Amino acid sequence: MSAPAAAPERRDRATAEALFRYVLRLADTSLVLGQRLGEWIGHAPALEQDLGLANLALDLIGQARLLLTYAGEVEGRGRDEDALAYLRDAPEFLNLTLAEQPNGDFAHTIVRQWLIDAWQLEIYEGLGGSADTRLAAIAAKALKETRYHYRFSSGWLVRLGDGTAESQARAQRALDSLWRFTEELFTPDEIDERMTAAGIAPLAAAAAGRWRRRVDEDLRQATLVRPAAQPFPWHGKRGVHTEHLGHMLAEMQHLPRTYPGVGW
Amino acid sequence: MSNPAPDPLAADWPLFEVFIRSRSGLEHKHVGSLHAADARMAIEHARDVYTRRQEGVSLWVVRSADIVASDPGEAEALFEPARDKVYRHPTFYEIPDEVKNL
Repeated sequence: MSAPAAAPERRDRATAEALFRYVLRLADTSLVLGQRLGEWIGHAPALEQDLGLANLALDLIGQARLLLTYAGEVEGRGRDEDALAYLRDAPEFLNLTLAEQPNGDFAHTIVRQWLIDAWQLEIYEGLGGSADTRLAAIAAKALKETRYHYRFSSGWLVRLGDGTAESQARAQRALDSLWRFTEELFTPDEIDERMTAAGIAPLAAAAAGRWRRRVDEDLRQATLVRPAAQPFPWHGKRGVHTEHLGHMLAEMQHLPRTYPGVGW
Repeated sequence: MSNPAPDPLAADWPLFEVFIRSRSGLEHKHVGSLHAADARMAIEHARDVYTRRQEGVSLWVVRSADIVASDPGEAEALFEPARDKVYRHPTFYEIPDEVKNL
């Protein structure tokens, strides 16, 4: 992160295009995960969890708003946060495939949350030193929220894993089911590499190493077994999604698409 | 969850009382109660349930069972004798304007 801060107007076209997509990946991962957590409202195991999950959801949607607004400005075609959230179809969403996976049971939601929280910790911490000062400021705010999210999800991971036979079996089942999506988290493509070269994004390999150590330590405490690495056919951040995202977006986008420009 | 055990909260998650300090220099005040499996979870639940609107800067939680309460049956003996001792109220002093939280 030693490159000098580049003023927006001095970005070349290819870098601006890559930055737009990079910011959308961050934004969409937060938005989609936040929407998923919102599905728990009224259904969580206890009132305390209901509010806890809703708080995480609101933090994530808040991050998405800041990031989508910035993405729209980088793109320069007049799309605001609402246009980007509500008027794009699934292939235009660039979230991590892991974020769109259905809630399943509480253990499934916690494992998904914990994997992404640990990822966001690394990403937001790295972006704190970004040459892109706007992204650095958003990351600094999001990092405080993410530290609490991680405390919440890693705490629950240990409770469930190192809990009863039932809770451990459910946590392990969730881990076995979701682990295949984790290869995508830190596998860089040409957009990530361009962002790293421009001093905007942290180096994926270094972040991946720290993520892996953190995850392994949490799994040890939770007495859960890390599944073997699996082939990597998931490309959510390139717009290729599992079938779950479309259904989720249909619900999320229904109102603003049915009543364009509707106010609150 | 779709198939909860009969009232798992009562069995596994005892009641905690929650106290919030609204800002530095003030005392913690009782704001309510919640269920949690242990103290760490109680702090997280208190944060999520009671500080969503910037209500505070510090939290205390204590197991409700650990609170010793006065006996309502003894209320007369405990509290009636104070009733006719108005001179104990600080109404005979001038309180400086600068003192906000006496």
